[in-house]
Amino acid sequence: MAIDPNSKPQLAPGVRLGENGSQRVLLMPERALRLNGPSLEIVSRCDGRHTVAQIIAELQKLYSKAEPHKVETDILGYLELLQKDRALDFTA
Amino acid sequence: MSLTEANPLALICELTHRCPLHCVYCSNPQELAARSSELPTGDWASVFRQAAGLGVLQADLTGGEPLARTDIVDLVRAARNSGLYVNLITSGLPLDETRLDTLLNAGLDHFQLSFQSSNEQIAEQISGTKTHGQKLKVLEWLKSRRVAVTLNFVLHRRNLHQMDEMLAIAESSSATRIEFANVQYYGWAFSNRDQLLPTRSQFDEFLIKVKTAEERLRGKIRVEYVVPDYYAKYPKPCMGGWGRKVMLITPNGDALPCHAAAVIPGLRFENIKEKPLRAIWEASDAFQKFRGQAWMTEPCKSCDRRTRDFGGCRCQALLLAGDPAATDPVCSLSPSRSIVDSVIRAVPASEAPIKIDFVYRPNPA
Repeated sequence: MAIDPNSKPQLAPGVRLGENGSQRVLLMPERALRLNGPSLEIVSRCDGRHTVAQIIAELQKLYSKAEPHKVETDILGYLELLQKDRALDFTA
Repeated sequence: MSLTEANPLALICELTHRCPLHCVYCSNPQELAARSSELPTGDWASVFRQAAGLGVLQADLTGGEPLARTDIVDLVRAARNSGLYVNLITSGLPLDETRLDTLLNAGLDHFQLSFQSSNEQIAEQISGTKTHGQKLKVLEWLKSRRVAVTLNFVLHRRNLHQMDEMLAIAESSSATRIEFANVQYYGWAFSNRDQLLPTRSQFDEFLIKVKTAEERLRGKIRVEYVVPDYYAKYPKPCMGGWGRKVMLITPNGDALPCHAAAVIPGLRFENIKEKPLRAIWEASDAFQKFRGQAWMTEPCKSCDRRTRDFGGCRCQALLLAGDPAATDPVCSLSPSRSIVDSVIRAVPASEAPIKIDFVYRPNPA
């Protein structure tokens, strides 16, 4: 399923940030994903206010040494993964 | 070499063995815990805190029926306040909208509702109660509330033909996750195996349907499934490996590596009233017994798959091969596979109903 750059992702009901010691994790039914640097930056922007395009632009700025296209591809790939896990709702 | 794995990730909490349903495949042991032996609220709260300290992320509040505990709201709050993600694994009663709201306000993250069928008639045959209507009501209440919802369908010979109707129930609900869990044959289910084991053609059809549903619902509903392992080529990685990811606490506080471990002779379980959870996890005999690979026999011992399926299920090895350290007999490489094959061969080919003569699990005192 392709991701619309103008949609606004937010964490689905019952999906939330948590921690395990100093490790941030994304908690969801019967599953937890470790969040590190970029993945934490992405998830913390899935708040129903940022569009996908805005998330990409902000991370391209944050990781200005990385190749912008690579940043975009990585973000879309990660959002697709979260979508497959049903961890995100996308609103128009 | 230490055999201790890093830390458990999930704590299965059998809060009680009491239950209004009498399902013929219940995962509770055949020797059910009496109400008088159940841990009080404070002991559970201590277990939750210790579990979080040990690195556990998820608490599965189950039973029996966890809602049969009058202190369930306090238990949900205690688990959540300890930092755990709180799953409630329930048949949906006793519950009304007010009680549901208090559970959610206490911090319940995930509501997992079990279904015995897509209709009242088969649900009643399986559970010995009329509760299907209540479950549909609960689904309606959940629609307007912010909580993760899973529908869990337990599958077997008598309801595998209902997968389309089951999917329709899920799709008209607010569920983000469906579990299609084929019955695993231990305890109560083992007693009822001849009436529950699906035919080969039912199994083949199941695989096609579940994979189609998974694809069709991608991004909408996460579809997860457990195969009936008698028909599998390799065993399941039971509990993700013995003493590796999961810890189960029985209603009276015994710590077990899995639901059925009490059937294995000679295992001694420690109790959370007597020992810290960490000490039990790291060093108790029961958790050490089948940890790692040292206990393995051939063909597991030299098998490439041993780090993937951990030799399968110890309880199934005991039940079918008479030895808990044997390779799980469902494995095609097991010298005891013929035992499973002969069970499968005895399944009547026709899917016509066979005589109903179930052993129902009772409600403990």
